[in-house]
Amino acid sequence: MRKISALSLALASTVLFAGCHTTKLEEKPKVEEKPVVSEPAPVDTRKVETVVAQPDELNTNPALAKRSVYFDFDKYDIKDEYKPTVEAHGKYLGNKKDRKVLIQGNTDERGGSEYNLALGQKRAEAVRKSLSVMGVADSQMEAVSFGKEKPKATGHDEASWAENRRADLVYQ
Amino acid sequence: MLTLKRFFLTAATATFAVFGLLSAPLAQAQLRIEISGVGSTQIPIAIANFADEAQAPEQISAIIKADLTRSGYFKVIDTGSVMPENTSVNYSDWKARGAVAVVVGSVQRLADGRIDVRYRLFDTVKAAQLSGLSLAMPPDRARLLAHNLADDIYEKLTGAPGVFSTRIAYVTKSGREYRLDIADADGYNAIPARRSREPIISPSWSPDGRKVAYVTFEHQKPMIYVQDLPTGTSTQVANFKGNNSAPAWSPDGSRLAIALSLSGNTQIYMVNANGGSAQRLTNSSGIDTEPRFSPDGQFIYFTSDRSGGPQIYRMSVNGGPAQRVTFRGDYNISPRISPDGKTLAYISRRDNQFQLYTLDLAGAQELRMTDTAKDESPSFAANGRYVMYATSAGGHGTLGVVSIDGSVKYQLTTQAGDDIREPTWGPIMK
Repeated sequence: MRKISALSLALASTVLFAGCHTTKLEEKPKVEEKPVVSEPAPVDTRKVETVVAQPDELNTNPALAKRSVYFDFDKYDIKDEYKPTVEAHGKYLGNKKDRKVLIQGNTDERGGSEYNLALGQKRAEAVRKSLSVMGVADSQMEAVSFGKEKPKATGHDEASWAENRRADLVYQ
Repeated sequence: MLTLKRFFLTAATATFAVFGLLSAPLAQAQLRIEISGVGSTQIPIAIANFADEAQAPEQISAIIKADLTRSGYFKVIDTGSVMPENTSVNYSDWKARGAVAVVVGSVQRLADGRIDVRYRLFDTVKAAQLSGLSLAMPPDRARLLAHNLADDIYEKLTGAPGVFSTRIAYVTKSGREYRLDIADADGYNAIPARRSREPIISPSWSPDGRKVAYVTFEHQKPMIYVQDLPTGTSTQVANFKGNNSAPAWSPDGSRLAIALSLSGNTQIYMVNANGGSAQRLTNSSGIDTEPRFSPDGQFIYFTSDRSGGPQIYRMSVNGGPAQRVTFRGDYNISPRISPDGKTLAYISRRDNQFQLYTLDLAGAQELRMTDTAKDESPSFAANGRYVMYATSAGGHGTLGVVSIDGSVKYQLTTQAGDDIREPTWGPIMK
């Protein structure tokens, strides 16, 4: 901006001092080509643009509805019937790198609290490893355990025990 | 204890309700004690009512009698009379009545409000005084004063320090609430140190009896905190990725051995008692957990399934190779070491029953301590003479105490039918 006004001044002073004589006008200084910055069109501040929130696939994809993997007694490997569930979540997390999941492992009520905490951890870790193999980043997952402390089913029979031998995917 | 709904009572009843709460007997919150076994030999001891006992808010001689009875090693003979501390005891008379020892005492209130108790202990066989003490404490410590006297009697007659003045910590599950409760060893004066909607496990007393380390699930995963009991200040000690659990104090109170699943599987680490970086101690491909220091601080006992199923091992406090300690049965967990370092208490599963066992570490002699089927979390008394543990009775979690020779047994239950579990027996505090 300064250049232009300097030039204008120079031009103006040239014209002033020229008086009536025909003075050879200096060659018009080259004006640098600057990209044309068009002013944004004025916003109609009373307009309302409607935005339709896109549902998170986590809540709409039936394959992601299942958040639990169940285990047999004293077993810590993922049974075939739960592999599709794990794979679906692995795919989702692989595509959504900003998504984090807490994997919470559980055991049935039999045995000591601390040892069961570690056994529940093995279940969470089995799920975590499967997800990791599918490309989910370590930073997206944390495998933890509740051991036997937070049973979902409170009976003292095999049906309740089976319900509690479980790893849950808890999205953060 | 106050809940919001109390404040929405009508004006007429509101004041009454508030008074009702103020007089709610917090100090009486206690566990019920049921004795089911006594020592194979018992010392017959005559205990008199103390002179002017009404000067104290608690009946001192009654507390002493209850303590000694509960210990299992005394047969208390009620003298049926008041015997002040300056009583001239007729030894042959009491000996004829079957008493080996006689206790007399007097209570008075001092000008500053404190309760002052003088007591004497006599041995009728030696025909001599064994002990005499004068103790003064504020009236709200009357029970502690009585426990101190009972400790003196226990020590003079059995040779081992008494643990009547100690406290216990345990977890109560009441409805949907979990509490870390602190109570006297006789179940009186239960006060919640922490109340939570999420589980609390593995409480552990600091050696100085001032703090309790514990594991909480308040933040969706297990983390280790240390709570300072007098101030209620809770400090986070471990929140590494994965599980943080099984805190165990070093004998000098400066460090905690803990279990972390940071590396993927559960392994044992060491941290300073106020947190900070963790130093890894075990390196197996299985589960290593439940570390416990030996009383001399040289070793750490722990549970490991490196041989296929959980067994108890011992390693140097600096980590390194571990030696297996348990060989009977395929499931041995929760190692605890007696204060003299000679006995291991643990839980063993045999025929699907989880029971408390002790093992003589020198001779490998094993003793089953209970007849119940769901025992957990043993904890030695500070004098090494008893083990407290969690068990189940009548569908509820209860606490049991058994003497190390297996003869003395009693249970502690809550009045309300709540579950109590995870006991840890506190140290003798000077």
